[in-house]
Amino acid sequence: MIEILEFIDRWGGLIWESTIETFQMVSISLVISIIIGLPLGILLVLTRPGKSLDNKYLSGFLNVIINIIRSVPFIILLFTLLPFTRFIVGTSMGVRGVIVPLVVFTAPYIARLMESALLEVDKGVIEAYEAMGIRTRDIIWHVMVREAKPSIILGITIAVIGLIGATAMAGLVGAGGLGDVAYRFGHLRYEPVVMYATIVILIIIIQVIQTLGNQIAARAKKD
Amino acid sequence: MIELRHLSKTFKSKKKSEDVLALDDVSLHVKKGEIYGVIGYSGAGKSTLVRCVNYLERPTSGEVIINGAELGAMSTEQLRQARQNIGMIFQGFNLLKTANVYDNIAIPLKLTGVSSSEIKARVDKYLDIVGLADKKNVFPNQLSGGQKQRVAIARALSHEPEVLLSDEATSALDPETTDAILDLLLKINREFGITILLITHEMHVIQKICDQVAVMENGQVIEQGKVIDIYTQPKNKTTEKFVSSIFPSDIPETIIDDLEKQGPIIHLTFVGHSADQPALSMVSKQFDIQSNILSGNIVQLKNQPFGKLTAHIQGDKSETDKALAYLQEQGVKVSEVKKRD
Repeated sequence: MIEILEFIDRWGGLIWESTIETFQMVSISLVISIIIGLPLGILLVLTRPGKSLDNKYLSGFLNVIINIIRSVPFIILLFTLLPFTRFIVGTSMGVRGVIVPLVVFTAPYIARLMESALLEVDKGVIEAYEAMGIRTRDIIWHVMVREAKPSIILGITIAVIGLIGATAMAGLVGAGGLGDVAYRFGHLRYEPVVMYATIVILIIIIQVIQTLGNQIAARAKKD
Repeated sequence: MIELRHLSKTFKSKKKSEDVLALDDVSLHVKKGEIYGVIGYSGAGKSTLVRCVNYLERPTSGEVIINGAELGAMSTEQLRQARQNIGMIFQGFNLLKTANVYDNIAIPLKLTGVSSSEIKARVDKYLDIVGLADKKNVFPNQLSGGQKQRVAIARALSHEPEVLLSDEATSALDPETTDAILDLLLKINREFGITILLITHEMHVIQKICDQVAVMENGQVIEQGKVIDIYTQPKNKTTEKFVSSIFPSDIPETIIDDLEKQGPIIHLTFVGHSADQPALSMVSKQFDIQSNILSGNIVQLKNQPFGKLTAHIQGDKSETDKALAYLQEQGVKVSEVKKRD
């Protein structure tokens, strides 16, 4: 008991702070990634052959770009993007400096997840709405996105978990976070308890997020 | 109301030789207030045809004229407006899974700019007409197939269209539910004067509610006319097949062989008034013959009864000939059955 109190006394502040940092990085980059990824996913679907914005070149271009980014491991992306990050946010260090690579890493992933979620939507329903004389932009929002919502939520859940994994490397540019604590104190300074503590916290966070995602998706599904 | 002029539709493949000609110079004219049925086997092009009527499928050539306006000449925006006057129902119902019955009807209304007080009134009105007023808050997955189709019909009607297209709307339903949905279509046709163009592969659908019918095969309309005429005088082999699907009269050949030696086997076709007369028993009394019914059926077409009987007539040739002549005088159509007919 005393040992636990002692541990909390010594490491509690640091772990709490880094948990907040992880949350900051994840939530900010998630929001930006959804803002970019969802429309991109819609565009990927609509530019497919036979769809309403059928466009071979745009579709091919988007696919190549997304595949290229998705082939690069985050840690490499992080360093490759340093100049770009500095150009966009003025710094390549700290939480601000890691948001750019996190978004570049996550947005294409979300776009792919959105694409597959939207492709699951029953074509018949889309057709029925076309037959009723409803505008394409309304069909996108009120039929496609609406009907895909359960899959979209599950997709975003997966993306969040991937994002949390990626933030572990944020320490390398001084952005902190749980992964950074585990690495610096747990690994480099031989404090295995710190490592285990962060792992336990990460496990709890992931569990909560996945459970929450499943529940919200199930509620949206109405089945 | 709906006029299709020389419609053709080719589905292009990568190789030109594999192009599919789904519609081949199809012309149809559906008058206002009519229920017009298009029947054909799968692959006949009927689905492509009905999808061309509201330009879900753009015909390769030909004209679609609805209410005097040619769809092909319209801008996207005009076409969108025109479509709001053309309701459509589908085999797969095509409802939003994530919206309840009320929203399934209300959302499209909202998106076409109907005011919110009007939306409420219309949803209530049309749910009442299709008999689902108590299911407003239910989600589609809790409804039976027939109920889902009723919601889809209410959704189509709520836009108060002049034309309703039905793409195999009853094909996924059991016979009893099919009849209930057909009754509903008949009711909305009579009460609102909505012109209905439906496609089906079931003769039963044509017989029950259609005024006019067109038979399609290989992308062409091979026969069209009043339902009663097509039933009594099918000119085409495929049409005959559809008509005989209602009157299964497959008599084993061995029996035909046997019976033919003793007198003719005949098909008797009764229409309207002549269907109520006991014609066969009358000839048996008047002439020295004996008749034996091999199979028979009488069906109610939309406006009149129609019956078909296969019978074997025994007796002297002179007597049987007289009997057949008498039957024809009574307005019964007589044709002799040959082997492998």
